Amino acid sequence: MSTLAKSSAKDSYSLKIKLKSGLLFTWFVILTLICLLPLYILIINATREHGEIVHSISLLPGSNLAENFKTVTESQDYLYIFDVWAGYKNSLIITACSTVFTVFFSALTAYGIHVYDFKLKEVSYTVILLVMMIPVQVTSVGFVEFMNSIGLINTYWPLVLPAIAAPSVVYFMRSYMKSSFPLDIVEAARIDGCSEFRTFIQIAIPMMKPAIAVQSIFAFVASWNNFYTPNMILLTAKTKEKTLPMMISAIGASDTLNDYGSKYMAIALTVLPIVVAYVILSKYIVAGVALGGVKE
Amino acid sequence: MASAAQRRIKSISYAKYGYYFILPFFVVYFFFQLWPLINTFILAFQENISSGTEVNYVGFDNFKVLLFGSDRRPERMAHESFMTALGNTFILWIGNFIPQIILSLSLAVWFTDAKLKIPGKGFFKIVMYLPNIITAASVSVLFLQLCGQSTDAPGAVNSILQSIGALDKGEVIEFVEGTWESRGTVMFIQTWMWFGNTMIMLMSGIMGINPSLFEAASIDGANGGQVFRKITLPLLSPIMAYTLVTSMIGGLQMFDIPYLYHKDPNKVNEDLETVAVYIYQLFHPSNGGKVQYGYSGAASVLLFLITLALGLIAFYMTRDKDEIAKKKQRKAAAKQFKLEQSKKMGGLSI
Repeated sequence: MSTLAKSSAKDSYSLKIKLKSGLLFTWFVILTLICLLPLYILIINATREHGEIVHSISLLPGSNLAENFKTVTESQDYLYIFDVWAGYKNSLIITACSTVFTVFFSALTAYGIHVYDFKLKEVSYTVILLVMMIPVQVTSVGFVEFMNSIGLINTYWPLVLPAIAAPSVVYFMRSYMKSSFPLDIVEAARIDGCSEFRTFIQIAIPMMKPAIAVQSIFAFVASWNNFYTPNMILLTAKTKEKTLPMMISAIGASDTLNDYGSKYMAIALTVLPIVVAYVILSKYIVAGVALGGVKE
Repeated sequence: MASAAQRRIKSISYAKYGYYFILPFFVVYFFFQLWPLINTFILAFQENISSGTEVNYVGFDNFKVLLFGSDRRPERMAHESFMTALGNTFILWIGNFIPQIILSLSLAVWFTDAKLKIPGKGFFKIVMYLPNIITAASVSVLFLQLCGQSTDAPGAVNSILQSIGALDKGEVIEFVEGTWESRGTVMFIQTWMWFGNTMIMLMSGIMGINPSLFEAASIDGANGGQVFRKITLPLLSPIMAYTLVTSMIGGLQMFDIPYLYHKDPNKVNEDLETVAVYIYQLFHPSNGGKVQYGYSGAASVLLFLITLALGLIAFYMTRDKDEIAKKKQRKAAAKQFKLEQSKKMGGLSI
């Protein structure tokens, strides 16, 4: 009797769990659809013709893909404000340089603070932690006015050089070194006659690979998506010299472009590279976000 | 037994290398961040004009204008639009933070619940983080396109509403130009972009809680709601506080979407003008032509002070309370020990 009651209680318990799991699964599917729907419509509409898009919504691709692509990449209306190949090139140059700068110099700074004992060691680390808090919006007036006065407006320098000083990346690298970079290694390298800088390049950097990989991805994405800084520095630059986010922002407010198909195509061209990169690297990215959330 | 080489190495000072290694960081930091910050403060106390030829210091005048206005028309307008910007920032932040935290927290709890058997958790996580990685400028233009409100060529949202019969043909909702419609859309976009990120951060917080606590609770017969209220939430509160404050600081910086979400090619939507947008427009010559460094600097300084206050609150909330209590205990113990020692010594000396 009692075993029967027990087993039925167990049944009702597992039934409850199953029901709850089912309901939650449905909810997650709905959220997934909400996340993907805008992007799905974007891709579908990039393949359709203006008339079709205005007339009705569709979940199946149209046949105007090649035509839309040709309009975006070849028509004068577009090339005047949106030169997609130049955009890719400029964004890639700026992003690649600033990613390398950020990662290399942050590792260097973190290494300097972690390995050596010097008077200002703790002070300098505290300064780095403090400046992590200052939002870029606060300093940008002074930044633009200063760049204006030394003639660096409309050049790429103010977009690339500041990447050398990235406090939050230094913080991350230092935390990583604390947990997985023993100082004995440096000592051993010294005994073998390795110079200090070479120790950093040939021993520390290979050991820091996981941290460097995560931070490279995030630095790359942040710089690639940046609209704020390029738009205040490249003030009177020609379209050919602008970055991709600047070009797409010009499409949004344009009153001369009225063909929806090609507009969707232009947006899709700016979104696709980053989505493809995300699909390939998503595992590392999600793990990296989780790491950032655990503050020690 | 240290070898001769080891002894020699111990005697060399490597301190100078420390300075060499951190030098590039601090040089660049000084030029591109610290000096601009100081320069912002200088500009805030100078006349509100664009050219840098001959400017006078005007004390707190710019701050007075922004915070209290004056009888003169341009100054009153500057004051009014600054106040509107503060209000807009607050409205947009609240409308994005509340749905976002509810969504992220509930998802984080469900995703980390070991009892629930839900397939494809990894896939859901990856998809929900996806919107966060897409260029904000593109997202803004995409939603501008999807929410288009022109009657002869409506955007996707309006045409869906028309085809399911929620709207008549030719009737549209003003998602771009209506005050609350556009604010609602921007809140939705911000939530859409950020809930995945917050969820993953909260999840790593929940996974840091000792699992034996959850086990003990379930053995004692606690249900899901009780576990959430009595265990998850209290133990998660430092991370929640951290999320709250960083999100507030992030909200003050809200820029890309409100700045780009407008149809008029020449000016931004005033119902979406946040503090960051306000500052940007004052120093960016493409908007309205005239640059006003004084007001822009003063507004930046005010933004800085607000951020600083929030940052201090975050710091205060996230410091380790156990650690502080332990330190106090240790100090008290040390004091006690000293006292006893001195008593002993005193006893001896007498």
